[in-house]
Amino acid sequence: MTTRITVDPITRIEGHLRIDVEVDDGKVTKAWSSGQMWRGIEKILVGRDPREAWTYTQRFCGVCTTVHAIASVRAVENALQLEIPVNAQLIRNIIQTAHAIQDHIVHFYHLSAVDWVDVVSALDADPVATSKLAESLSDWPLNGPHEMKAVQQRLKTFVGSGQLGPFASGFWGHPAMKLSPEVNLLGVAHYMNALDVQNYANKIVAILGGKSPHIQNVAVGGVSNSIGHDAPSVLNIERLMLIKNFIDKLEHFIKSTYLVDVPAIGAFYLDWTTIGGGVNNYLTVPDCPQDSKGTVFDLPGGYIANGDLKSLKPITTFNDAYFRDGVAESSKHAWYTGGDALHPWEGETEPEYTDFQDEGKYSWVKAPTFYGQRAEVGPLADVLVGVAVGNERYTRYLNEAIGTIKAVSGLSEVPLSALESTIGRHAARAVRCAVMIDTLKDQWQKLVDNIGTGDLDTFNAPVFPKGEIKGVGFHAAPRGTLSHWVVIEDAKIKNYQAVVPSTWNAGPRDADGQPGPYESSLLDNPVADPEQPLEVLRTVHSFDPCIACAIHMFDNEQTEIVKVKAL
Amino acid sequence: MKQTNRGDILVIGMGNVLMQDEGIGVRAVEELENRFHIPDGVRVMDGGTTGMELFEPMRQCDCLIVADAVNAKVAPGSLVRIANDEIRAFFQTKLSNHQLGLSDLLALLTLKGERPRHIAIIGMVPHSLENKLGLTDKAQAGLEGMVEMLRAELAGLGVTLEPRRERTIGHWHREAALEQAACA
Repeated sequence: MTTRITVDPITRIEGHLRIDVEVDDGKVTKAWSSGQMWRGIEKILVGRDPREAWTYTQRFCGVCTTVHAIASVRAVENALQLEIPVNAQLIRNIIQTAHAIQDHIVHFYHLSAVDWVDVVSALDADPVATSKLAESLSDWPLNGPHEMKAVQQRLKTFVGSGQLGPFASGFWGHPAMKLSPEVNLLGVAHYMNALDVQNYANKIVAILGGKSPHIQNVAVGGVSNSIGHDAPSVLNIERLMLIKNFIDKLEHFIKSTYLVDVPAIGAFYLDWTTIGGGVNNYLTVPDCPQDSKGTVFDLPGGYIANGDLKSLKPITTFNDAYFRDGVAESSKHAWYTGGDALHPWEGETEPEYTDFQDEGKYSWVKAPTFYGQRAEVGPLADVLVGVAVGNERYTRYLNEAIGTIKAVSGLSEVPLSALESTIGRHAARAVRCAVMIDTLKDQWQKLVDNIGTGDLDTFNAPVFPKGEIKGVGFHAAPRGTLSHWVVIEDAKIKNYQAVVPSTWNAGPRDADGQPGPYESSLLDNPVADPEQPLEVLRTVHSFDPCIACAIHMFDNEQTEIVKVKAL
Repeated sequence: MKQTNRGDILVIGMGNVLMQDEGIGVRAVEELENRFHIPDGVRVMDGGTTGMELFEPMRQCDCLIVADAVNAKVAPGSLVRIANDEIRAFFQTKLSNHQLGLSDLLALLTLKGERPRHIAIIGMVPHSLENKLGLTDKAQAGLEGMVEMLRAELAGLGVTLEPRRERTIGHWHREAALEQAACA
């Protein structure tokens, strides 16, 4: 019997991600990913001053505010071929890296862990045994028996309070939940710790960005921070030391907890290393520029085809033609006019709504391709490209994670292909987070050293020519490759297109009918109980989806989200 | 008892200003600041559509007032107040778990034992959520009532707001006005 499952978070509001799957004999045979995010939102920018575009683009999305600000100023600077001071690069790098770290921690502990950790089962755990297990894996100071007991007590109170429907979304007791009560309690304990820790990263962003949640210090041409020794509003040594203090705290948590928990939990879910693979082509852009021109980067970029690391083609500068010329978007299966894949500078955003048509148009998201192929973006792509170019940090932290999987599972070998899976994406994100904290430390040190040489520059004023210029600004954002494409005429924006990470991953079938990464990754997923499609959520969540970005309406009703229909 | 900080009362405006009435909450708190002097002990914040970034400010306040667009079973344009026990703190299932909504944040605060002692949501049911800067005319007309409800909520907490002699003009108000001029 074939069953169709529709998961649609808030059906009242168009704009959220909707996933449809057909399940036959307990496995997914067909999948559709549908969403709306950018319908015409870029049109607000047409006719505006390019220097102000970033203040709007950072409102595109709730959690990705910073990344859209960065990509926007880079796009305009690229159009002008404007160099920016090294201090400005480093300050932006610190902000974006701290933001990425916060994002990765929250994604795992607060948004995804409940897919794997059975919170209610943690009530049955022996806190002393939990503590012993935790202390055998790491030196995190909050793993003691008293802490575990306190967490369990707090959880008991919370669950007992009834009216709250605690963690109502969780699929407690689902047959796909495999952890022992002790491991579940450990997960809950670190969930609580992570709530405190993620804020350290926010504070770094707020100190440099001037305001939280929306940063104010970015400018086309650099940053508006002034560097000095006295006035409290400027970036002085006291503020830099405060940032360093937060970096140290983050490092301890990431290396003693996040980088340990994910592979340890993964070791109990080894079957999920062969589920959820996706399109197996990977794209990432270089980031953390070290020079004023954007030709030397701390984080590598490139494209890998068919999961073959040897196929790597590197992307190396802000002017990289291989990246610039390879991106196109098709609307054949999206609710816009046209169908052929268009380059973003020629991109069109004219709506043409039909109903949800399985074989026709069914999404507000376009389908991006790279030289005609679908590509996955995000931490998995970052790690594979990092390993392919021989980056020391990516290789070291990946080996560390694999070591933990081996130690917990008793396996003697874990192939690299295990990463190309649902649970593998979480492992890749943890590895990337460890790389990012080292990068953050480096960028901080370089900023301190550069200021020490007497260089206090943070801004080069842009000058706009008459006539038309074009630019692309890219950023290796927490969810993956983000690019903003701008056409400027006589100092006004003429066209603006944002090709965002979740467009790459969540896009519908393309002009050639090729399914996107979400759609491919869902094929052959097991579904034990169609009424509780936990497995579908696991795979989609592993990408860190970003589709609900634009909307944040308060909803006091708990809307039914899963619909099941026998076909 | 939870520790209180400089912002004993936190007023957060939430929403997306690029989607018409979705941004009503941000516009309402902006308007509140334009019309009244905000005294010490009250902190007004533009939360946009962010989530986790608001957790720390929320856990440090004693009373929380949120202005937002609200999905309620009443006619568009209706102003609603949902407070304390009426607010359900729950973790919403969502495919895009990218973002924590207000319900999730309140659930986290409860789990941590750090829920503010008073929480009120002052909301408007939106008329339209198109990708446009600026409120619909109908929502614009209702903004006045929403600001009044925010003022009354603060008064109920013992804070009397003193009107500014001259109203200031907020950033998003100005941008929306420019947008209208451009379209005309």
